[in-house]
Amino acid sequence: MLISSFWNVDSFTGNINHTFSLDNFHQIITQKVYSTIAIRSIGVAIVVTIIDGLLAIPIALFIAKVLKPNYRSVVISLVLVPLWASYLVKTYAWRSMFSNGGVMAWALRPLGIEGPGFGLAATTITLAYLWLPYMILPIYAGLDRLPNSLLEASSDLGASAMRTFRSVILPIIYPAIIAGSIFTFSLSLGDYIVVKIVGGTTQLVANVIADNVGTAGNLPFASALAILPIGAILGYLFLVRRSGALENF
Amino acid sequence: MYLSTRAKRFLGLLTFSTLSFIYLPLVIVAINSFNPSKTFSWPPKSFSTMWWSRIWESEGVLPAIYTSIKVGLGATAIALVLGTCIAFAVSRYSFYGKNTVSLLVIFPIALPGIITGIALNTTFHTFLDPLNKELAIWTVVVGHATFCIVVVYNNVLARLRRLGQNLEEASQDLGANIFQTFRYVTFPLIRSALAAGGLLAFALSFDEIVVTTFTAGPGTQTLPQWIFNNLFRPNQAPIVNVVATLLILLFIFPVWLSQRISHDGTSTKSARH
Repeated sequence: MLISSFWNVDSFTGNINHTFSLDNFHQIITQKVYSTIAIRSIGVAIVVTIIDGLLAIPIALFIAKVLKPNYRSVVISLVLVPLWASYLVKTYAWRSMFSNGGVMAWALRPLGIEGPGFGLAATTITLAYLWLPYMILPIYAGLDRLPNSLLEASSDLGASAMRTFRSVILPIIYPAIIAGSIFTFSLSLGDYIVVKIVGGTTQLVANVIADNVGTAGNLPFASALAILPIGAILGYLFLVRRSGALENF
Repeated sequence: MYLSTRAKRFLGLLTFSTLSFIYLPLVIVAINSFNPSKTFSWPPKSFSTMWWSRIWESEGVLPAIYTSIKVGLGATAIALVLGTCIAFAVSRYSFYGKNTVSLLVIFPIALPGIITGIALNTTFHTFLDPLNKELAIWTVVVGHATFCIVVVYNNVLARLRRLGQNLEEASQDLGANIFQTFRYVTFPLIRSALAAGGLLAFALSFDEIVVTTFTAGPGTQTLPQWIFNNLFRPNQAPIVNVVATLLILLFIFPVWLSQRISHDGTSTKSARH
């Protein structure tokens, strides 16, 4: 695939020229629309990761440290089961939530707010929804390994719950958060189905790639574009490598 | 850590509201499948099972289900054989590049589907075009197998690491040859891990759309592809709702089952088979 990104499509015959050229990359760099799309895609991936992190930490904390052990496995399987429910069905479910006259519009009407409809907000919410379990599970696993005696020691030494969280829990589960964020980040960046279903006319890098393979038939250009998410993911992995999260893989 | 009752209540409330938020859209699809309105105006005005009775007349659903089952079984079969082989190799032997092998196996599931899809598409075209062959159903099977291997591999590897080799050594000391040992000792011990991995692999394959789109030949349509293609057609939307509801029910059961199987496997009971 990486090699084919240097080829190009003959604009007249539509055949693929197997000759080396940097045209595809030149086009991506010089046309402003691609850099806008790239920034938007990375932005969505970051926002999704932050939303999932903020939701997952308290949930994992509750399951691992507040719930009684008997209930723990029940709640964890409640988190797990929808993970395996069809991805397409879940995305489709959000289509009926956001659709015109759908559940969201109905629920928000008494408040005098219009539903967000299909677009960037709907895409972000749906992606955050889809990848949330990928964030909860590693953090839960990290918290589960954390001995309670550490937390007791911290409060015996006079730390408040907030202080214990900040100075004891957070540093220990940090690698787990990073591990989860690798999933949410790379999955969001690579997804084009969600954008197609609830994104309206929003363009993200993955669906531009998909359109170039499918309708435009320009595989070399798609391959060149695909280097963007690969690069972003590798860059992210490189950034977080020092946290030790990768050693669990 | 001492948490005040209020903090505990707050965490609990947050957890349960998020969990219900996870299930809410799925419930709404199920309710909408009984909504007689074609546009799903919410809330439903009446209750009807008319879409459910029309599903069998709908064009393309049954062939799509059939294709999905064929692809799922094929990919699962490949994954069971290769995944088990790699798991044995990685857990039992040390060889040059062992870490690279285990990383390469996990890679397809870590990479976004679209990347795997394009890479497979390019590869298939490079090899098939000179032979004048086209993408077909078997290319989908191979595509799915790339990420199904991971689940089988992970399940079997975890089991092998836990088992150790004592029982196998005992069997060989008692004069069993390698095939007898595998048949009477190793296989019964890893059977439940294989079943759990196989079920998950099948579920993954049955659900997959991105890799499918890039590896399927013309005329090959799996169930997710059928859903995706009919999603945007206003007349088909009610049938899509029914199929979606069926899928939710179909999925939750085998996953629950596979969790039970692998859970039982951790108890000592399974060692006595």
